[in-house]
Amino acid sequence: MTFDAQLNSDAPFNFDPGRNQQPEDKRDGPPWGSPQALELERTWREPPGLVGWLSAVNHKSVGKRFIITAFCVFLAAGLLAAAMRLQLARPDNHLLGPDLYNQIFTLHGTAMMFLFAVPVMQAMAVYLLPLMLGTRSTAFPRMTAYAYWMYLFGALMIFAAFFLRAGPDAGWFEYVPLSGPEYTPGHRSDYWAQLISFTEVSGLLVSVDVVTTVFKLRAPGMTLARMPLFAWAMLVTAFMIIFAMPAVMTASTMLLFDRTFSFHFFNPSDGGDALLWQHLFWFFGHPEVYFIFIPALGFMSSIIATFARRPIYGHPAMVLSLIATAFFSFGLWVHHMFATSVPELGKAFFTAMSMMIAIPSAVQIFCWIVTLATGRLNIRAPLLFVLGFFFILTLGGLTGLILGSVPLDLQVHDTYFVVAHLHYVLIGGAVFPLFGAFYYWFPKITGRMLDETLGRWNFWLFFIGFNVTFYPMHHLGLRGMPRRVYTYPADMGWNTLNLVSSIGAAIIAVSVLLFIVNVLKSRRAGAPAGDNPWGAPTLEWATTSPPAWCNFAAIPVVSSREPLWQGARDATSPGHVAGLATDVREGLVTTVVDALPDHRYVYPSPSIWPFIAALATTFWFIGSFYMPTAMAWGMIPVIIALTFWFWPAQDETRKHLLLEKRA
Amino acid sequence: MNALQDVLHPAGVQAGHIAHLWWFTVALCAVVFVAILAGLSYALWRAPRADARSAPDMASMDRPESGAKRAVVTAVALSILGLLALLGASVATDRALATLPLENAVHIEVVGHQWWWQFNYDDPIPARVFSTANEMHIPVGRPVVITLQAGDVIHSFWVPNLHGKKDLIPGRITTIQLRADQAGTYRGQCAEFCGLQHAFMAFTVVAEDDAAFQRWADAQRKPAPEPTDAKARRGHDLFMSGTCMMCHPISGTTANARKAPDLTHIASRPTLAAGTLPNDPQGLAAWIRDPQKLKPGAQMPAHHVPDDELDALVAYLETLR
Repeated sequence: MTFDAQLNSDAPFNFDPGRNQQPEDKRDGPPWGSPQALELERTWREPPGLVGWLSAVNHKSVGKRFIITAFCVFLAAGLLAAAMRLQLARPDNHLLGPDLYNQIFTLHGTAMMFLFAVPVMQAMAVYLLPLMLGTRSTAFPRMTAYAYWMYLFGALMIFAAFFLRAGPDAGWFEYVPLSGPEYTPGHRSDYWAQLISFTEVSGLLVSVDVVTTVFKLRAPGMTLARMPLFAWAMLVTAFMIIFAMPAVMTASTMLLFDRTFSFHFFNPSDGGDALLWQHLFWFFGHPEVYFIFIPALGFMSSIIATFARRPIYGHPAMVLSLIATAFFSFGLWVHHMFATSVPELGKAFFTAMSMMIAIPSAVQIFCWIVTLATGRLNIRAPLLFVLGFFFILTLGGLTGLILGSVPLDLQVHDTYFVVAHLHYVLIGGAVFPLFGAFYYWFPKITGRMLDETLGRWNFWLFFIGFNVTFYPMHHLGLRGMPRRVYTYPADMGWNTLNLVSSIGAAIIAVSVLLFIVNVLKSRRAGAPAGDNPWGAPTLEWATTSPPAWCNFAAIPVVSSREPLWQGARDATSPGHVAGLATDVREGLVTTVVDALPDHRYVYPSPSIWPFIAALATTFWFIGSFYMPTAMAWGMIPVIIALTFWFWPAQDETRKHLLLEKRA
Repeated sequence: MNALQDVLHPAGVQAGHIAHLWWFTVALCAVVFVAILAGLSYALWRAPRADARSAPDMASMDRPESGAKRAVVTAVALSILGLLALLGASVATDRALATLPLENAVHIEVVGHQWWWQFNYDDPIPARVFSTANEMHIPVGRPVVITLQAGDVIHSFWVPNLHGKKDLIPGRITTIQLRADQAGTYRGQCAEFCGLQHAFMAFTVVAEDDAAFQRWADAQRKPAPEPTDAKARRGHDLFMSGTCMMCHPISGTTANARKAPDLTHIASRPTLAAGTLPNDPQGLAAWIRDPQKLKPGAQMPAHHVPDDELDALVAYLETLR
């Protein structure tokens, strides 16, 4: 019997939550439909009602909310981009004044980078990792719920500020002294600085969750060497976030102190330094590009293996490339600052690093091409998006080499050439794989397939629209058009290219609209997916679609890198471990390297307190720049909420004691 | 298309070095791009088709794929060689940029303001120092050493036909060296986002032969002439008794504030308000009446002067050649 069939045994999965069947034996292992599996489902499902909804901690509920919220931010920030393209479609345009335009481009960049690109990748990890690693939850479910609420409240705050015409307007990079108290009075930059706090709290907490989940919750037998490349990518990303994000958090807090308490961290006339900001910001900002890019590499590897019907060629080289990319990405930040005064030797070092980081990306691209060449191709929408990556990202990577070269950078820096480059890298390198990932995992998440025809239209319109929008910007930059200008004179020779670019943006908008139509339509009326519609190798496809609340009726045991393809190799099938409690949320903790069963661990139950704590933190963060003293006393409600959050509940303690006594 | 502000039409040695490096890099990158797409196309052409039900090919787990390994190792080795070539060319160009001979250089101090440029022409004799706004003249064939300072926030000095950019950073002094080798008029523009009117912070660079440059500099050193006709005289009096002189300096008069562009030779400049509008009497009148309409956020407030006074002011300013 294959592993697949074992989990889905004879009884079809028709869980009925109303049935209050209490099995004698409270250990998991029996297949779907058994009293044990039903009790497991009751244990892992979210509590009912509004309070239950606010208390949700299951990684799938939180992950889904995270993904949907991030996608909404993508749409909102995309609309801002459309407004900018409308403004720039012709010269001397007065549609948006400079004040509104500056807020729009600032919010577009801020939202895309901080509220879409990084969170959506983490959201995918929160949803997919436990399924892919063969476990029932991420390591810290309440913390993840809190991270989600913080993210949501941060996003709501910054968009609210924008609609109140108090949106930040000094760019997503908020260079001082422009963003400082003297040149941006009011609260615009404060909103930006605190948005960083929101996203940092959220991003760091999810990263801690991801690292712990990947290291300690893998299914028994899933040694590090057998771990899917997606999990590697998310692990590497989480470590990068943990190392990089504190830099920008420090910077934004210092900015807030300069603005709120008249500190002088960045004020050169009082011993501060304006360049300090740039170093701190880019020490985070450059790795940030890679913590958007690396998860996408994980999507790529997942999709290519499945649709080329073979394992990715050069798995160890792929893993090492991910790690090397992460290391090198911390040595590039100064290439954003070549036009400031950097010593000659320093410039040469950062140029060399900027070129070197191309090597691990090249290794991965070559391994994927070899995988495709030696595989048998099932060309479907997810693979199309992945193929789009090769064209766009390669071009973006090559223009990246141009930006890494000091002399060339001095010319094209801060021009539309950079706008072209960064969109080639971020849209080609992250958004195309992400759309591929949506097409790929949508059946798992909803149980229904996305429409293939619409998917192809979605892809081709996006691909064409993207190139029409962004390719001309390379030429605009070379013809001297600087970035972040709200309009331009008619006699500069920039008119046609800008118009073409704006038309391309409209094509992208149509393509994204098609995607939304596809999702709304397929959610209800799409073809039923079945457990493993793509014939994929990894564990998330071993369970039902959508996955049961408990993910698996029994924790799988893994003995190869492609567990669901193993039968094709040696006619053996992976087994499972049984015996975890069905009446509390219990999980199996395994060792870091070999994934040997180590001990059992009881997860916290759903709780409203992460939500309340997030509300309290939001009050603290926003209050602190309206009432400087709130920086201190605003903490008190947070502490109270956290105390309730961690207060042990009697009935749970009793359950845990009983569990200990159970043999 | 004019080459007013264009990276790929170098008019000076520094921009020329960069343009050479540009074409070399683009050629190499184009080869790599074509090679990768060719590899991908070959893969897509070669691989047979399958569907989700096809059994996966697990053979690679059991036997080494020597052909694949050769392909990847070769491609990576070639990539490394290509990167080394780019790195070498880049460092060599950077070195060339840093070693521009500086004998007989012209020294200019640039101060960036929200949202205009101040150019101070240095001279060993203090009386020969002069200052201009949004317009810079340089002699062809002589190196120019430009010292950059920010008056408020960070700006970036960029004349793409002559050189790459250099930031003006509060609390620091940066320098850039360039040389124009072809006479002509080039446009420069602030390249670092600096607030509301970052879009209109442009300036003109006139590269001319040394004699013409000296004539221009001598003219700039002269104080403003006394107005001769009555209308201009009235304009002068309005200027000196009104709010104008609280910000704008005009040498040879009592207006010696330093907050706004020096107007001593304003009528000789091609544009107004750092490239916002052409410099003619109508433009000047419109600008004085309502700068906020033409350049929202500019530091100059609107002046609701009666028409006759505006005429007089414009008549006076038009005498400042």
